[in-house]
Amino acid sequence: MTITHFSAVILFAACIAVVFGITQRSEPKMMIRFGAYCFVLLVGVTIAASWAMWLVKR
Amino acid sequence: MATKADIAAIQTDNAAGSTFPMLVLLAGWLIPGAGHLILGKWVRALLLAAAILIMFAVGVALGGKLYSPNTGEPLDILGFLGDLGAGLPYLIGRFAGWGQAAVLVATADYGTKFIVVGGMLNIVSAIDAHSIAIGRKRA
Repeated sequence: MTITHFSAVILFAACIAVVFGITQRSEPKMMIRFGAYCFVLLVGVTIAASWAMWLVKR
Repeated sequence: MATKADIAAIQTDNAAGSTFPMLVLLAGWLIPGAGHLILGKWVRALLLAAAILIMFAVGVALGGKLYSPNTGEPLDILGFLGDLGAGLPYLIGRFAGWGQAAVLVATADYGTKFIVVGGMLNIVSAIDAHSIAIGRKRA
């Protein structure tokens, strides 16, 4: 099986967001909000770090 | 599957030293999502099981490494503990001989991380089920 780096990031973040959302909040609405927050944060930080590395390389 | 009334009664019994919360913890560790399923939280159980099993399966499919307990390397021991968190999927993988090939490409290294993180997420999930069973977390 092969997978692009970006697909791996999306899959990794999605799975973590589901587990964190369910386990770290009690109300279903808050679970969804916290899960979405975790997903955005994980993907966002990865993209930001990727651009930072690109800049350092140049 | 237990009803809400059953769970409330069980939680009351816990004060008297019931083994039910430990059963929930053990089941949640062995089979991802099983702890929540026993508590009647089947939607949460399905989502947790899907997330954890997908991470494990993708990790193995990418050629990730399944750590052994006895290599003597401190980082390998930590990796083993993370892998062991997945419960039965890890044990099945070990017996089936999955994840024993050398990690040579970047995606296989990602796979190793998928497996370790999946195992740790399963531990978080099992502890969450235990917290619900003892009444520490609102169901």
